[in-house]
Amino acid sequence: MTRMPHAVGSLAIYLVLCSLLLAVGCRDKNSSTGSSSNSSSGSTDSGAILIGHYASMTGSEATFGVSTDQGLRLAVNERNAAGGVKGRKVEVKTYDNQGKAQESVTAVTRLIQQDKVVAVIGEVASSRSLAGGPVCQRAGVPMITPSSTNPDVTAIGDMISRVCFIDPFQGFVGAKFAHENLKFTKAATLFNRAQAYSSGLNQNFIESFKKMGGQIVSEQAYSDGDNDFSAQLTAIREAKPDFIYVPGYYTEVVNIARQARRLGVNVPLIGGDGWDSEELKNAGDALNGCYFSNHYSHEDQRPEVQDFVKKYQSAYGKVPDDLAALGYDAGRLLFDAMDRASSLSGKDLAAAIAATKNFPGVTGTITIDAQRNASKDAVMLEIHNGVPKYVATISPE
Amino acid sequence: MHVFELMLAADVPTMASGRVTQFLQTLLDGLTVGSLYALIALGYTMVYGILKFINFAHSDVFALGVHLPIWIAALFGIQGAAAGTVPPWYLGPIVLVLAMLSSGAVGFTIERLAYKPLRGAPRLNVLITAIGVSLLLQNLGQLPVQKLGNVPLPLMFGPYPRATPELLPPTVLFSFLGVRVRLVEVAVVGTALLLMVGLQYLIYNTKLGMAMRAVSFNTRTASLMGINVNAVISFTFVIGSMLAAAAGFLYALYYGGQAKQTADSMWVMLGLKAFVAAVVGGIGNVRGAVLGGLLIGLIEFFGVAYVSSNYRDAYVFIILILVLLLRPEGVLGKATVEKV
Repeated sequence: MTRMPHAVGSLAIYLVLCSLLLAVGCRDKNSSTGSSSNSSSGSTDSGAILIGHYASMTGSEATFGVSTDQGLRLAVNERNAAGGVKGRKVEVKTYDNQGKAQESVTAVTRLIQQDKVVAVIGEVASSRSLAGGPVCQRAGVPMITPSSTNPDVTAIGDMISRVCFIDPFQGFVGAKFAHENLKFTKAATLFNRAQAYSSGLNQNFIESFKKMGGQIVSEQAYSDGDNDFSAQLTAIREAKPDFIYVPGYYTEVVNIARQARRLGVNVPLIGGDGWDSEELKNAGDALNGCYFSNHYSHEDQRPEVQDFVKKYQSAYGKVPDDLAALGYDAGRLLFDAMDRASSLSGKDLAAAIAATKNFPGVTGTITIDAQRNASKDAVMLEIHNGVPKYVATISPE
Repeated sequence: MHVFELMLAADVPTMASGRVTQFLQTLLDGLTVGSLYALIALGYTMVYGILKFINFAHSDVFALGVHLPIWIAALFGIQGAAAGTVPPWYLGPIVLVLAMLSSGAVGFTIERLAYKPLRGAPRLNVLITAIGVSLLLQNLGQLPVQKLGNVPLPLMFGPYPRATPELLPPTVLFSFLGVRVRLVEVAVVGTALLLMVGLQYLIYNTKLGMAMRAVSFNTRTASLMGINVNAVISFTFVIGSMLAAAAGFLYALYYGGQAKQTADSMWVMLGLKAFVAAVVGGIGNVRGAVLGGLLIGLIEFFGVAYVSSNYRDAYVFIILILVLLLRPEGVLGKATVEKV
């Protein structure tokens, strides 16, 4: 065997590194990231107002980011066609965080420091909003999260607000629906302990369900990256619940449902807005007869909803999920606040967002309260072959 | 409300047999997943046995092995659970064989391009290269390929979870004390056993296997005896990658639903567990890898079921620490004296 000269080895490493960079470069191009790096003071050369969006365009929750971005861009295009904001066009810059909390910090920092956006929209998952939020708060740039429901997100500070309801209410909705509409008394829960959304909602549900006189017969946890739920489901099966509350995200929910049916656990699963994705179809019939709470139903006959559904369908050729609707609402609410704000400085804009009253959104009438949260009705949807159907509306107490 | 009818129809175990059912169910799940760990562990152990280095890219070959069959099945028009149909039975083995062949080609290419130029270089260089190859595969496995030139193809890979193909009907073969044994479990364990027996035969009953053992024993002497060492090493990588692809195929078959993208950290964790299995069984020892895989699978599942689901990954690594402290050569490994 001949001994290879050292240079060849170094060359191999170099080539590997080069192709690595190439792969990363290609991925960037595929997400809808604007890769041009011309950046100047809050507005582009054309004098447009720049807003930033950080989202999971790829990764395990990819449909969250893609839907939100489509909804947001629909709002932006509509506004630009109507003359823009304060006589200027609006532009969106989207950065992909691959569904990772640490990448969210990078994305938001880049939006603020490099692109100098006037406001930030994002994220869907609460853990990632909790990572990106403090960056916005420190820099004094307003952030609107379209669909993070964990209460801690807006507690970061006065720059952070949201256009969706919060989990203490969502937990109440799930508990009330199971207890009053379905007459269930024994619940088991299975939640992701690594996600703020999932563990928070689990806690909120348990509190509400116990208060109504229900019983929690088993509480089981999993973590990010787990794909085997059989041990937890076997334990749940032994506890004989009427239903299982699964406050997780759709990729896990599909696999949990399939594994539950495999083990002969045939009680319904009930979950929250983290379920909403077209990918639920991959569960086949395992999710038939299961329910989840959500922000809106596209079957709602209100003119705002039907108008939005029509516009979204003609732009993207599919029915909008709630993430798209909330992205659309977040964008429109931001423009409304920009109209009312005396200037586009972070302080003025944040004050205008916080002063929003009775804004007619697709997902309901939005009034931002003192904690910068929105209080709205929730809907319960039933899944049949991956398609959610409207069942009930539940209002705050 | 068909769900509730189903619940009545299913064999709901009585309270008395509940404990027995849980034990048997855990045993079945642990052995099934353990046999997958064993298949992956074989790849680690064979490469270590011959080259004395840990192939960190092996877990990514496994992740590719999950996604390649998804694409190959799509070429045959086989869809995920959403379609609600199951293709004829013989398409499953065809997809498996094609996935193993293409993964073998990937393994061969990796060895030729990344590791062969480093033959004789310090071991650290090879190790760092393995990490580079690992990252390269994770990211290449995320590139969405939709056409070849102008020929449109089914979507390959992509940076998001993919629906796994439905290759087997959800038939329950028999029920034993409340444990339902399905066709899928039998197919997974059966295929894994078949591959392991095949490997055993290859290593101990063929000329090529003898050459592999000779190279593993002493590379220099083996080359003096006229063995083409480079060919043997290439072959080892091909076999290891094929087994990883088989494990990936069976993994998708067993769990179904959605398989996460190749850059997700879950694949690295699964690879690490298989690596622990190889160390526990005695790294470099083929039978040890199989034993270690089954052992790790059982320990993980019994730990989760009877101690707490909060420490799923911890059980495996506690076993690693115990083995390294008490019997560092592994359960079936031979103690060797390192000559300085």
